[in-house]
Amino acid sequence: MNTPRKYTPKERMQIPRQTMPEQEPEVRRTNFKEVPKGFTIEAAMLEAARCIECKDPTCIEGCPVRVEIPDFLRLVANGDFAAAARKIKETNILPAICGRVCPQEKQCEAVCKVGKKNKPVAIGALERFSADYERMNNLTQEPVVAPPTGFKVAVVGSGPAGLTGAFELAKRGHKVTIFEALHKPGGVLFYGIPRFRLPGEVIEAEVSYLQRMGVEIICNSLVGQTITIDELLEEEGFDGVFLGTGAGLPWFTNLPGENLNGIYSANEYLTRVNLMRADRFPESATPVRCGKRVAVIGGGNTAMDAARVSLRMGPEKVYVFYRRTRDEAPARFEELEHAIAEGVDFHWLTAPTRYIGDDNGYVKQIEIQEMALGEPDASGRRRPVPQPGSERLYDVDTVVLALGFGVNPLITQTTPDIKTDKRGVVLVDPATGMTSREGVFAAGDVITGGATVILAMGQARTAAMGMHEWLMRGRAGEPNRPLATAATY
Amino acid sequence: MHRILEKKIVAPMTAMMMVEAPRVARKAQPGQFVIVRLNDEGERIPLSLAGWDREAGTLRLIIQGIGYSTKQMVALKAGDAFLDVVGPLGRPTHLPKDDTLVVIGGGYGAGAVLPNAIQAVSEGRRTIGVIGARSKDLVLVEADMRKVCNEVYVTTNDGSYGIKGFVTHALEIILQKEKVGAILAVGPVPMMRAVGEMTRPLKIPTIVSLNAVMVDGTGMCGGCRVSVGGETKFACVDGPDFDAHIVDYDLLVSRQKMYAAEEKQALDHLCRLMPQIAEMA
Ligand SMILES: Cc1cc2nc3c(=O)[nH]c(=O)nc-3n(C[C@H](O)[C@H](O)[C@H](O)COP(=O)(O)OP(=O)(O)OC[C@H]3O[C@@H](n4cnc5c(N)ncnc54)[C@H](O)[C@@H]3O)c2cc1C
Ligand SMILES: Cc1cc2nc3c(=O)[nH]c(=O)nc-3n(C[C@H](O)[C@H](O)[C@H](O)COP(=O)(O)OP(=O)(O)OC[C@H]3O[C@@H](n4cnc5c(N)ncnc54)[C@H](O)[C@@H]3O)c2cc1C
Ligand code: SF4
Ligand code: SF4
Ligand code: FES
Repeated sequence: MNTPRKYTPKERMQIPRQTMPEQEPEVRRTNFKEVPKGFTIEAAMLEAARCIECKDPTCIEGCPVRVEIPDFLRLVANGDFAAAARKIKETNILPAICGRVCPQEKQCEAVCKVGKKNKPVAIGALERFSADYERMNNLTQEPVVAPPTGFKVAVVGSGPAGLTGAFELAKRGHKVTIFEALHKPGGVLFYGIPRFRLPGEVIEAEVSYLQRMGVEIICNSLVGQTITIDELLEEEGFDGVFLGTGAGLPWFTNLPGENLNGIYSANEYLTRVNLMRADRFPESATPVRCGKRVAVIGGGNTAMDAARVSLRMGPEKVYVFYRRTRDEAPARFEELEHAIAEGVDFHWLTAPTRYIGDDNGYVKQIEIQEMALGEPDASGRRRPVPQPGSERLYDVDTVVLALGFGVNPLITQTTPDIKTDKRGVVLVDPATGMTSREGVFAAGDVITGGATVILAMGQARTAAMGMHEWLMRGRAGEPNRPLATAATY
Repeated sequence: MHRILEKKIVAPMTAMMMVEAPRVARKAQPGQFVIVRLNDEGERIPLSLAGWDREAGTLRLIIQGIGYSTKQMVALKAGDAFLDVVGPLGRPTHLPKDDTLVVIGGGYGAGAVLPNAIQAVSEGRRTIGVIGARSKDLVLVEADMRKVCNEVYVTTNDGSYGIKGFVTHALEIILQKEKVGAILAVGPVPMMRAVGEMTRPLKIPTIVSLNAVMVDGTGMCGGCRVSVGGETKFACVDGPDFDAHIVDYDLLVSRQKMYAAEEKQALDHLCRLMPQIAEMA
């Protein structure tokens, strides 16, 4: 069935972009199962055949880690799916994850040449297909690690940055121990991104792969409290530390009434459901209050996740209020589409001004003000300008704030020689990922203040290579390292 | 897994246990807490450190069974284990160093202030302990407190033991007798509030430990937010200790009740699941 066929250029042009079958919106909004079901073999081979194998493949430029896209697509078109997965893994060790969560429409697919006249090749879906095929058919090659170097390194955090860093370091023969604050590894992949977008077995497969490489994962250790960076380096005999602690500090609006019951940060709300399984309460002991009318504030992936998780808890109404327009919303295109199809009620160009509670301290109404777009701001997007007099009250009993994140100061407070910018974002040497503290490297959201899975992975590779070279050079750093936040590279 | 090495019922529906957690024991400081999980379905439950043994790698916890999770915990036996223990969490207590220290504990709070008393006494500071309880059978850690402190007062609401009344009655007596430099009060909110209100006009530095509803305990969720001096703080990382004179107690009480309906539902579930445990109440 996976016999490749030959296409003339004209035939290629005529293949329509294949779409993954999905659970119907009416069905999926009642369950936590994955929404897109993945390509069939036929659809995958057909879709891969749409790639015209450009001489200068711009798609690669669009991918932050430079996946060899045409090469892997050719393998898919030829029916050699496991080889395709291995090709991707040369640069991206988490293709089953990135295929699902990358904002492809802004990256690889945005610059795919087929996309100029037609719809771009579905690179993300094919990446997911290849990786799923390899995993589900038990074709994953067992890890090969270099002979032990004798160096022992600590990775702090087990999100995409930590997992990638651990992989790259373990592969090179270093003894790696991951310290994770929560009781389960995965970082935002597990506690933030819901299971209907990223099934648990995909994350668990990556974690168990690392364990087979000899990586030890110690959960329930909050670095800075359970153990400090200084102790890791000076008392526990670690030769280097890799920080992948993310940007997990939720922002609030500081509006009147914000501490009323029923008002959550998206982190808390999503953690209660994704990590603590409040959807199964009381079998699972952690509750969440998802009322009859839910308001989600924000326009990013976090807001979409909060809205779509809410839908699955069975309320009458889920609103999203976002202060800019749909075109400026930072969420992945697919998440927006899915949220709309599932019945989320979007109110563009709106923002909350205050929250009103009942006599028992629970939120009962939210006041929403309209916005207009003004001059472009620092991000290049047009600034939302409040429109006084346009305020309106909405009855709600749950509010979820998805307003963005900062970097948790726990580690830098206890290790002041790790320099940060004003916002607390850790500064690194862009070439090596080394922080101002010799031997401490950092990658992911902790050096950007909140970005994407694939950027976290890319930086983690750089930092792991930086640490590897530093270790092999006899732990000698270069003086006067230039330091920057990753936002500038 | 964190084994329970020792367990004693010290009052109705209240257990004292020694739990294995060497990494936590090594770093524990007075005023800090842990978050524990019973099993894979378990909620993350914050518990104060009522002591530790760094050499043995154990923690002493005092658990009052008041709901779904804590009742199940109280029913555990020596040899059983907690699935997860993370800590030490929160900032260590920071107390002004002059004059007499008074530590006041109500309920599990009596255990929670013990490490502070031990530390203060070891620094040569005169330390007075006050234990408050509803009645005699609920008085906790009295023997330990007497071993450590220079003086100990016990109050019971019903007068079945010690001074009849509230911890503030004992505090009044102490304040008449000597100059107090700092007060630490840990227990039910009405108790902490009453202590704070009594010492605010007297300008005696007073610290309370805020038991907000928590999830991660790492500063990641903001569920534990409290208002102190008009500013929103996260009790798990900015606290749990705060200045008793500027805490918004009404907000704390209101937020503690956020899940009242769900807690009832969970208890009903427990009654069906494990009637013998639910009965113990
Ligand atoms: C709800 C949500 C949806 C998202 N959706 C997408 C998406 O669709 N596509 C996309 O590309 N990006 C998405 N993102 C962003 C993406 O998840 C992050 O950019 C990415 O996870 C960053 O990876 P990281 O490894 O740097 O940090 P994290 O994933 O945040 O992991 C950090 C880990 O470190 C642990 N940690 C923190 N402090 C300590 C400490 N002191 N000691 C020990 N452990 C510690 C944390 O518990 C956590 O497990 C989303 C983010 C959120 C919140
Ligand atoms: C810093 C801190 C230290 C604490 N120390 C101790 C201690 O040493 N011994 C002890 O017995 N208790 C302690 N508590 C209180 C204990 O955490 C709660 O009694 C427990 O979480 C109740 O859970 P439950 O399922 O048994 O009861 P539930 O019926 O679910 O709740 C009963 C009440 O406990 C509070 N509560 C519920 N869930 C949580 C949660 N996740 N976090 C915090 N409070 C919650 C709520 O106010 C609720 O109304 C402490 C709490 C905090 C925040
Ligand atoms: S990693 Fe992301 S950006 Fe790169 S090719 Fe894959 S889906 Fe595209
Ligand atoms: S740009 Fe598009 S068509 Fe060209 S090689 Fe890349 S995926 Fe294929
Ligand atoms: S418990 Fe989540 S931030 Fe404090």
